[in-house]
Amino acid sequence: MDRRAERALARRRKARRGQAIAVVSTVVVLGGLAALVLTSPGWSEVRETFFDWEKFKEIFPEILVGFWLDIRVFLIVEVAVLLIGLVVALLRILRAPALFPLKLLATVYTDVFRGIPTILLVYLIGFGVPALELSGLPSEPVVLGGIALALSYGAYVAEVYRAGIQSVHRSQRDAALAVGLTEAGALRHVILPQAVRRVGPPLLNDFIALQKDVALIAIIGVAGEAFRIAQIDASLDFNYTPMIAAAMLYLVITLPLARLLDHWERERGKRYS
Amino acid sequence: MRGGAAQVPGAPVLEARAVTKSFGEVEVLRGIDLAVREHEAVALIGASGSGKSTLLRCIDLLEDIDDGDILLDGEVITDPGVDTVGVRRRLGLVFQSYNLFPHLTALQNVVIGQVWGRGISRAQAEQEGRALLSRFGLGGRENDHPDQLSGGQQQRIAIARAFAAKPRAMLLDEVTSALDPELVGEVLAAVRDLKETGVTMLLATHEMSFARDVADTVGFLHEGRLVEHGPAEQVLSEPREPETQRFLRRLLDAHRA
Repeated sequence: MDRRAERALARRRKARRGQAIAVVSTVVVLGGLAALVLTSPGWSEVRETFFDWEKFKEIFPEILVGFWLDIRVFLIVEVAVLLIGLVVALLRILRAPALFPLKLLATVYTDVFRGIPTILLVYLIGFGVPALELSGLPSEPVVLGGIALALSYGAYVAEVYRAGIQSVHRSQRDAALAVGLTEAGALRHVILPQAVRRVGPPLLNDFIALQKDVALIAIIGVAGEAFRIAQIDASLDFNYTPMIAAAMLYLVITLPLARLLDHWERERGKRYS
Repeated sequence: MRGGAAQVPGAPVLEARAVTKSFGEVEVLRGIDLAVREHEAVALIGASGSGKSTLLRCIDLLEDIDDGDILLDGEVITDPGVDTVGVRRRLGLVFQSYNLFPHLTALQNVVIGQVWGRGISRAQAEQEGRALLSRFGLGGRENDHPDQLSGGQQQRIAIARAFAAKPRAMLLDEVTSALDPELVGEVLAAVRDLKETGVTMLLATHEMSFARDVADTVGFLHEGRLVEHGPAEQVLSEPREPETQRFLRRLLDAHRA
């Protein structure tokens, strides 16, 4: 056998040994955890209150309908978040003197709304705005909850955009001006396209977080929302299986997104390494 | 006929008059007077930090000068209120580190200024852009992104990008300094090609042989002053000023070592 084949064989052996170790260690760790849970004193009770199959079958269709509301709220809020984030980020980086008051407002906005817990914002806007009793303002809990989420995530996303814009090297702006673009043209055709490409992964990360946080609107009594349905049902008979059903639905959306994010970052790593 | 210059130099296209520029405490340009006439190629030589790049950036209005005037076709371009975008559209600047737009293809890089800056139709700009790319030996590379291309190819695209609008003058800032030695020749060939068609140019360079080959006149910058400026052959072979003599001798010694 020549050296080449020998080395290839050794590499394959090493790879196989690595896989075997990974399998054994996974079985040991997960098996151990499962054994710990299953032999715990309260397990039989937990199984009844959280993993009741009959209950699951009964409640699942209702929660699925509620989850459809979550998805619609998520999609609408996400579009608003992307727009708010972009406008606020642009206001913060532009240097035109006339924009100064807006720039100040944008800075205060990002500082304040990133500094307040999202759950508190949902409360404050959800209950505070209707209390003003001003006509013309929305009073639907689902709309107010969506506004609170959009304002909270808009502040985060604005900072993501801003970091992306600032990460584009100054020499790109110089080159854009040198080919005859205006400052606005340089921003639009050279700087923003590069910034948006760079912030894709962190933006997707915020999407995933937002997707979960849509459940927060349940606390201001948005009827028909998945978590709210689970909450109400669980409070009737102290069976928490509906929560598990809702959790599974969130995972159905967030897990693929997380894998997509990993994949995306690997691809970028390859390209720019 | 040095540099194959097809046209006799005419009226000044670019002029610097007593130009000064400081960055904080550091005086980078200390009163530069220089004229580049139509169809003329002027090479600026000098040590790193002597002000060559700064002068080029000031001419393209990427930096504000402190005092003096810069003129393009006899018109002062450094006064407040001048349409800086309009001035830059009449000049072509090539950077040492190419500064191509990484998210655009080679062809998109070449036409971006034409399409978004000058409002030329995309079809026409692309047709001209393709011709320009193939002129610089990049036919077939139109749809590649910069990260798929060598430094020499990227710099030739940058030259095509700067030249796309047929500028009044080309400003070339150390266009071969960032390149591996074996790639320098292809970029110099592109510059020589421009020179042969009579393009007015002002170029900062470290390559003395190139300055001798392509430039009509050579200016030596030393600590922000244009110490000597004359016919290329004379400045490079029989420099009059002691600073120029010292600079060229040091380069020669470094070459021998």
